[in-house]
Amino acid sequence: MYPSKFDYHRPSSVQEAVQILSANPDAKVLAGGHSLIPVMKLRLATPSALVDIGRIDALQGISRSNGSLRIGACVTYDEIANSSTVQEAAPLLAEAAGQIGDRQVRYRGTIGGNLSHADPASDLPAAALALGATLHVTGTGGSRSISATSFFVDLMMTALQADEILTEVEIPAAGAGTGSAYAKWEHPASGYALCGAAAVVTRNADGSCASARLCFNGVSSTAVDASAVGASLAGSDLSDGAIESAVNDNLSIPDATGDMFASAGYRQELAKVMGASALRTARDRA
Amino acid sequence: MGISIELEVNGASVSDEVEPRLLLAHFLRENAGLTGTKIGCDTSQCGSCTILLDGKAVKSCTVLAVQADGSAVTTIEGLANGDYHPVQQAFWDNHGLQCGFCTPGMIISCVDLLSTNPQPSEDEIRHGLEGNLCRCTGYHNIVRAVQDAAETMNG
Repeated sequence: MYPSKFDYHRPSSVQEAVQILSANPDAKVLAGGHSLIPVMKLRLATPSALVDIGRIDALQGISRSNGSLRIGACVTYDEIANSSTVQEAAPLLAEAAGQIGDRQVRYRGTIGGNLSHADPASDLPAAALALGATLHVTGTGGSRSISATSFFVDLMMTALQADEILTEVEIPAAGAGTGSAYAKWEHPASGYALCGAAAVVTRNADGSCASARLCFNGVSSTAVDASAVGASLAGSDLSDGAIESAVNDNLSIPDATGDMFASAGYRQELAKVMGASALRTARDRA
Repeated sequence: MGISIELEVNGASVSDEVEPRLLLAHFLRENAGLTGTKIGCDTSQCGSCTILLDGKAVKSCTVLAVQADGSAVTTIEGLANGDYHPVQQAFWDNHGLQCGFCTPGMIISCVDLLSTNPQPSEDEIRHGLEGNLCRCTGYHNIVRAVQDAAETMNG
């Protein structure tokens, strides 16, 4: 299967890339291409031009300084999953990235492409939400920062403007007493998340819960922050019973997805099971 | 609009002018004449088109030829060096194939797996090959072949 015809641009800087995007309103950004090329082959997307940002040096690299982990937009899932810096500063992200697709896909797919594509059944959006990520973007008008909470607008829609490129993902490095986990119930053929639960739990010195956050992939049109569950756990003893009731009493996904694979009601129940499982593992790791 | 690209394919320099939409799998099969790389599902699922791109296993049906400009590609044709590569020999010895269509991609993935994990457990082998589908064997002999190859390569 061939994509329809397009012009190909390979800029060497972010500035050059956004100028090309600005001059070609229906151009698409190409990074690893593992979401974009398949939809172009099916002709679900027919951009007139591709802007290949895969060789822009400024979009590569993982670094940690001043309590922040910074990951370039073109860093691959494989690099994230196997980076000791990420495993230490944001183990949730490494765990989620290691569960995407298969090893061939993980060598090509990038964090920037994943988050910009905003497929709700992918594995990184909920991790970005749960970790309080900040997304740095650049357009012709300059650079700005968007919190993950404001970034995901709707199904495959983000706060990015047409001439903007996600350049870097910044995550506060995990502090002492914090544990996290990603628990995924995947579609057996595609590997996409029917429900993926990302949990981050921080414990006080006495073991009680200082804060908790639980976010989901796969259950709605965007990643979901189940903030009521996190809030109800704060101050609790994080026992299995406390987690069970926090999830059962406070988790509701009003616009849960129902499709040929799983009904909305099934996804709601699955979210409770996977959510509690992720919280228990995060607690044990905290 | 043709774009000039130059790749190293199995150690030899190959240059051509290609349409941007040409997929690397088609470039290898039709422009470079290397038909060992198969196109199965054409939707990034089955792994038949797996090749090594700068040493990493990727699905060449989901890479544009222009993206591979300047890179080094190894296909199944480039693995043998006089004798079969130990993974190829192990597939032969353990009957790790039936119809053979998935085999080139499967072998390339095994080479990649063993390069990052020289002594994988059975579970790690099965997990490591999740991007390659075989509809004949049920995978058991493929797993045995990888274990055998690992032993040979570590020996």
